[in-house]
Order: sequence, then structure tokens, then C-alpha cells
Amino acid sequence: MSRLVLTLREPPAHRIDMGAFTPDRLAGLSAEDVRRIPLWHGRRQVPAGDLFQVEGTDAEQILIQAGSDRLDGIGTGMSGGEILVEGHAGAYLGREMGGGTIRVTGNTGLLTGSAMFGGQVQVEGSCGDFLGAAIPGERRPMRGGFIAVHGNAGDRVGDCLRRGIIVIGGNAGDYCASRMGAGTIAVLGTVGDQVGLGMRRGSVLLTVEPRLPPTFNANGTHYLGFLTLLTRSPGFGAGPFAAFRERGTRARRWLGDLGYGGKGEVLLWS
Amino acid sequence: MIINGVEIEDTFGEAFGMTATRIVITALTDRWARVAGETMTGFATSVIGCGAEAGIESEIPPDATPDGRPGVSVLLFAVSGEELTKQVERRVGQCVLTCPTTAAFAGLESEKPIPLGKNLRYFGDGYQISKRIGGRRYWRVPVMDGEFLCEELTARTSAVGGGNFLVLGCSQEQVLAACERAVGAIRRLPNVLLPFPGGIARSGSKVGSKYKSLMASTNDAYCPTLRGLVDSRLGPEIESVLEIVINGLGEADVREATRVGIQAACELGAAGGIRRISAGNYGGKLGKFRFHLRELLQ
Repeated sequence: MSRLVLTLREPPAHRIDMGAFTPDRLAGLSAEDVRRIPLWHGRRQVPAGDLFQVEGTDAEQILIQAGSDRLDGIGTGMSGGEILVEGHAGAYLGREMGGGTIRVTGNTGLLTGSAMFGGQVQVEGSCGDFLGAAIPGERRPMRGGFIAVHGNAGDRVGDCLRRGIIVIGGNAGDYCASRMGAGTIAVLGTVGDQVGLGMRRGSVLLTVEPRLPPTFNANGTHYLGFLTLLTRSPGFGAGPFAAFRERGTRARRWLGDLGYGGKGEVLLWS
Repeated sequence: MIINGVEIEDTFGEAFGMTATRIVITALTDRWARVAGETMTGFATSVIGCGAEAGIESEIPPDATPDGRPGVSVLLFAVSGEELTKQVERRVGQCVLTCPTTAAFAGLESEKPIPLGKNLRYFGDGYQISKRIGGRRYWRVPVMDGEFLCEELTARTSAVGGGNFLVLGCSQEQVLAACERAVGAIRRLPNVLLPFPGGIARSGSKVGSKYKSLMASTNDAYCPTLRGLVDSRLGPEIESVLEIVINGLGEADVREATRVGIQAACELGAAGGIRRISAGNYGGKLGKFRFHLRELLQ
């Protein structure tokens, strides 16, 4: 069986919800069945075959070719298998994902990995705001799994994050780790203003000195053994993140947000 | 059967089912890892009086430990999962948590998890931090030298305890020398533990006693100073007997350790004062495992 390949016939005029195309939902379907799946395109519902060329049958591996930043919700709720997006992806990539792997060779939009609780997302380009965060008004942020972004991330990375690991090879925007409840965010590049605002617990690992809110206290420099476990874990060895392994276990530490208990930590790898 | 002039008695060592776990302890230096390992496995020669049988299995180089520091691997054996759980928490809590610079990790994977740092984390009084990395949960407990890093769970597995053989010889010195060779050879093997002091026991026991309160008492048939008084198993030339007790994670591990140990003990041979290799058993009535000496040496 060859992997299932969805190729965009032309750049879509409207946003498309790609939630139907996960290894779980397509298991056992033929290419013809997949072509008949109805998709909303603007005000009209059209068969998937009108928008995508569909080839192959093995839904355990799905390739989305000529991706577009209008393809939203890729991998929503998937629990296993693999999705590869050649090109860009839209918003909500990997939403409520519990297992499996998604790799995107381009950029992703808003809220990548929101409500995700397992599996791995790898974005070789950059991603938009609210990476791994809860959708505004929703109480479920990322609660597990691993997200690696080789490029930059927008504002509010890991807003309300509950668990899981986010690593960013480039820079992160403002309010990184805001309202974070637990989990780990590591950024190789710079971070914007107000890192960790409203943070209750969790770890933010940085390599460039941050501009912290005044509600963070300096905590000194420490040897922290868990950094070795973290940097040796799968995912940290790939691409730009291998640089983390050379940083050792000694880090400057700030605790905060003191307005919210102060049990969160911002670490600066020395 | 004779090896190097030493008679291998046609008997078998009898062993029992136990449950065991492995814990990896790391520290800033190999010395402190060893200190922690030795401390937590102190007073752990026999389940009868110590609750657990434990010891250092091997030293682990930094590149093979979870946190990249020098470490030791510790094996703990107990009679039940409940007792093992109690012993692990008590020993890690009192001897590893307290020891400078140490960290503790699971050394086994199985479907039967037991708590390692799961309850010890409360020592952190609410300041402990949980980290889930690579599917495993770790606890960072603030302590005065920094952080005590401890994996939440380790695992237990069914194991074999009480495999043994006896070395009979012409003098204390010669029998001890032969047993030291056997211990040296067995300690190079993985998955096995020699729980007694230096790996050697001198007080082999029999079941029962003339005193009602004692379940076990001295193995009079093998005590050279009782020859002529009791139904002794010792010939006139035997002046000393020592026992090597072997626990292992599997039956094959104990079998291999027994084989390697006996061969090493026989290296000194009859010329070195070693006369006979025997084994302790209860007629096969109590233990689930039997290790026939002649069979495993063939």
C-alpha cells in the first residue's frame, strides 16, 4: 500500500477545515471514498476530490502537498500515524492531538498545537501566535506532547500551557509563557517582552537574557540535573536543537510570577 | 564429577521466587554515587531480618546514566511487592535523598510499577516540581545542596533468590580465598546480587531449631566444630565451609552465576585445599527453583 497523498489542485479561495484527514478517520477508506468526503469551501460544500487530487490508500501516512496557509485544523484529534505537509499549513494544526506525528516543511498559522495532549508536531518554518495555547475563551491548552519549531514563533507561546514541551529554534514574541500552569518552553533565540506574565508553574529555558516583568525575583545560579534529561530526550537532538545539549546544566534562574504564587521558573543557560 | 581435584557433589541448590527492582543512583562523583548505593543497601543481607536483600550490581559510567553523571546500579529483592515498595521508599528516602548531590532513576521497565519519588516528593513541602520528559515523570525536590532529582516510578519484576553453593576445604584461609575468587567472577555478571557480607555467608542455616521461637538455626551438619557430635556431612579433612548465596533477576542469571562461581572457586583446586562443592536445599520441598550442580557444570 502506498501512502495517501492529497495534492491541492489550486490555491484555495477560502479556508478549508482539514480535520477529516487524519490517519484515524481515513483508516480503511479507498482513494475514492476520500475524494467523496464533503468539505466546506466558503458557503458551499464540495467533495474533497474537487479541491485535492487523492492518490494512495495507506492512511497511516498522509502527505499533503502544496500546502496552503488556508488549510486549517490539519491533524485535529489524531491519535496515531503520520502527516507530512509539504509547504505551509493554516491555523489549529494538531488541535486536540493525542498521538502520532505531524511534520510541516513550511510555516503554520495561529494556535498550532492548541489543546494537544500527546504526539509530536514539527514545524520546519515559523508559526503564528498562541503556539500550544488555549483558544481564547477555552480552558484547554496544550496538555502533553512535544512541539518543535525550527523558525520563529509569534506572541503568547504556551499561553495557559498545562504540560508538554515546546522548543523554538528561532525567536519567540511577546508574552511568551503567559499564564503558564506547567510544562516546558525552550527558546534558542530571543524572546519578546513580559516573559512569563501571570505564570504559576512551569519552566522557560532561554539562551538570551529576557526582559522579565517586575514580578519575577532573581534566584541565583544553579546546577539543574533535569536539564540533561530534557536535552537528551528525543526531539532535542534534531535540527537546531542539538545546540541545547552543549549548554550543560548550569543556569541562572528567576522565579515568578510572584503575583501568582511564584513557583514558575525562567532559566538562562549560561 | 571432579573439577581440578574438587569433588562436585550430586546435589542441587534450592531457590525461591522473589520480587526485585533495580535503581540507578547518580551523583557528582563516582565516590558519592557509591556512598549512596552502599548506604541504601546496608543491613540488607537477608529478608528474614532486614526486609530486603540488596546490593550494588555494578558501577555505571557517565555516558550510560540518565543524567550523564557517574552512577551505580542497585538491586533490591523482597518477598512481596508490598514489602519491596516499603523498602524502596524507606531506603531511598533515608539514604539517597539525604546523600549529597545524588539523583535516583528507575533501572527496570515492566508492567508492575512501584513508587520511587512518588511519595518522597512531599519532602518538597509544595515546592517540588514535576517534569514529564520522554513519557517518564520526574520530581525535582528542593534540598539544601540544590535539587534532588528522582524518577516517579521504578518497576518490579519476578526474581529468584537463595540460589547457593557451599565451598568445603581444608582451612579457613583456603576456603575464603576460593570464595573470594568466586565472588569476583560472579560480580562481573549482570542481573545478579550476592547479598551477604562481601558476597559470602558463613552462617548457613537449616529450617527449625530446638528453640520454639526460632524458625532457622545453624546448619549443624556443615559445622566443622560439631563433627562427631551430630550427623555431620563433613569428612575428616574439612575444616571450614563457606556459602555463596545468589539472587538473580531470572533463573538463567542465577544458573549462570552458580556455574561461573563454582568454576572460579575450583581454580585453586585440591592443591589449594578445596575439596568439595555442595549446595543447600530442603529436599526440594520449599523452593520453586532447583540448580543441580553437575547438570549446570556440564
